[in-house]
Amino acid sequence: MAGPIIRASGLSKTYRISEKQPGLAGTIQHLLRRRHRDVLAVDGISFTIEPGEIVGFLGPNGAGKTTTLKMLTGLIHPSGGELEVAGHQPFRRQARFLRQITLVMGNRQQLIWDLPALDSLRVNAAVYGIAEAEAQRRIGQLAEMLELGQELRRPMRKLSLGQRMKAELLAALLHEPAVLFLDEPTLGLDVNAQARVRDFLADYNRRTGATVLLTSHYMGDITALCPRVLLIHQGQLFHDGSLADLTQRLAPCRQVRLELADLHPPEAFAGFGQLEAHQGHLVRLLVPRAQLAQQVAALLERFAVVDLEVSDPPVEELIGGLFRQRDSNSEASQ
Amino acid sequence: MSWAWRVARALLGSQYALMLEYRAEIALWALSGVLPLIMLGVWSGSGAAAAAGLSPQQLSQYFLAAFVVRQFTVVWLIQVFEDDALQGRLSPFLLQPLSPLWRYLAAHFSEQASRIPFVAVMLLVVGLAAPGLLWLPSAGALLLGILAIVAAFLLRFLLQVLVTTLCFWSERAAALDRLLMIPYLFLSGIVAPLETFPPAVRRLALATPFPWMVDFPARLLAGEPVNVALGFGAIAAWCLLLLPIGHWLWRAGLRRYSAMGA
Repeated sequence: MAGPIIRASGLSKTYRISEKQPGLAGTIQHLLRRRHRDVLAVDGISFTIEPGEIVGFLGPNGAGKTTTLKMLTGLIHPSGGELEVAGHQPFRRQARFLRQITLVMGNRQQLIWDLPALDSLRVNAAVYGIAEAEAQRRIGQLAEMLELGQELRRPMRKLSLGQRMKAELLAALLHEPAVLFLDEPTLGLDVNAQARVRDFLADYNRRTGATVLLTSHYMGDITALCPRVLLIHQGQLFHDGSLADLTQRLAPCRQVRLELADLHPPEAFAGFGQLEAHQGHLVRLLVPRAQLAQQVAALLERFAVVDLEVSDPPVEELIGGLFRQRDSNSEASQ
Repeated sequence: MSWAWRVARALLGSQYALMLEYRAEIALWALSGVLPLIMLGVWSGSGAAAAAGLSPQQLSQYFLAAFVVRQFTVVWLIQVFEDDALQGRLSPFLLQPLSPLWRYLAAHFSEQASRIPFVAVMLLVVGLAAPGLLWLPSAGALLLGILAIVAAFLLRFLLQVLVTTLCFWSERAAALDRLLMIPYLFLSGIVAPLETFPPAVRRLALATPFPWMVDFPARLLAGEPVNVALGFGAIAAWCLLLLPIGHWLWRAGLRRYSAMGA
């Protein structure tokens, strides 16, 4: 297929929600005269995604990420705008479209809780029209990639959270979808299990060329997998580009960590940048990017430096700070 | 092997395995369906059935047949669908190229299959307690009775699909189903054979889908004289009426679906 595999233009979604005041009076009023309010969950976002890309979808809770994913998969109808995924309008939910996509939600499961995963996989193979021998081959291959073996023969309820998520991934990928929508796929997993899921997704993308759109609250998922991120806030697209570009845009300064041989008072660092932390021999400074080389040279000349590290501030702190600032500005303007 | 046959086999196989996991619960469900047996006790002690021209033997055969029919026409679609929709379990099914309703239908058939041993044991207990109550229907009556039970179940399932689609508009559509239980209990023939109804009420009942869900298959099984063509024709007519309405409501409901909880 030539051109983008996902194309969203002016995509929006408005939910109509009823509001109720607490207490008996509120309940009676709610019963007799219900009040509704329109909530704009997604506000005219536009983006395209090329086949084979892995794109991270970032934003705070309630930013509109999951609503956008639901529209992209066809679970809900957009209120406005145009949307095309794998050559189809998702909300039509045609079988040809559904065979090309998958949605994995970290907090939801499709596999039958009281049966071994293999029973559900057999159903999925039949539903997607995968020949039995081919289904066996794919299950074997995916199970090997996901390091699953006898776990597939045990009832799902007997598996650990990490094993269940891997089984869910296997089920979601059995029909070899061209587009993967992953909503918090590492939610609740321990650090090792998160790393294994990430490795699997990167490997799967390399092997199959599948397109991946991933939301996660774990920046580790995003930094490990996504060369490109879409940052959404209050339903609007704030950034579409690389994580490095986003960091540069959000943080005009770089972080300089120093371990010094001697103790110095905080005043000693005036003029070298903004002092962020000062604890014994350890010092952390924020230095404008344009002055970085000059200031680092000056620091090395002025102090006896044991160790020095230059890095970007943690991206989640930058994004969190940005949204807190925007939210307070928005409240102030109201 | 066609796609539909393979899907049906896989769905029935997995759902039957699931129901066997819940066998203790299903035994309790089967036990809870003894209303026709209770009604048999109530009616046996009164002279009302005799006044309506029913012999004690006819009465007991009718209620035992109604017990069997009731066991295999129980529909719980709305309860599980409402829960799935609210908990977000519906969304993954909606993203597969197969309507979730087929999964629920397979679950119902599997649950009925897993009920068979429990119903057999309950009938055996009745037979041991009162040997004169049990009878062996003729092969023809048995075959027609089984067909009528399947048709009655499909009609009941379809009727509940209509109410179930209201889950897309209301978070508590199951309450409507409980409302429907009232005409179902009184007009289907569970609490009284239709023959005992006053003529006007009987005519009214026959104009609804309910008597075809219990009274018709029960009378077939009991070996009573029944207009077979009229019974199956009525079920087919109701199904043909409900199918397009259900289809339209389902599609309209999907447009409103907000995938809550997912």
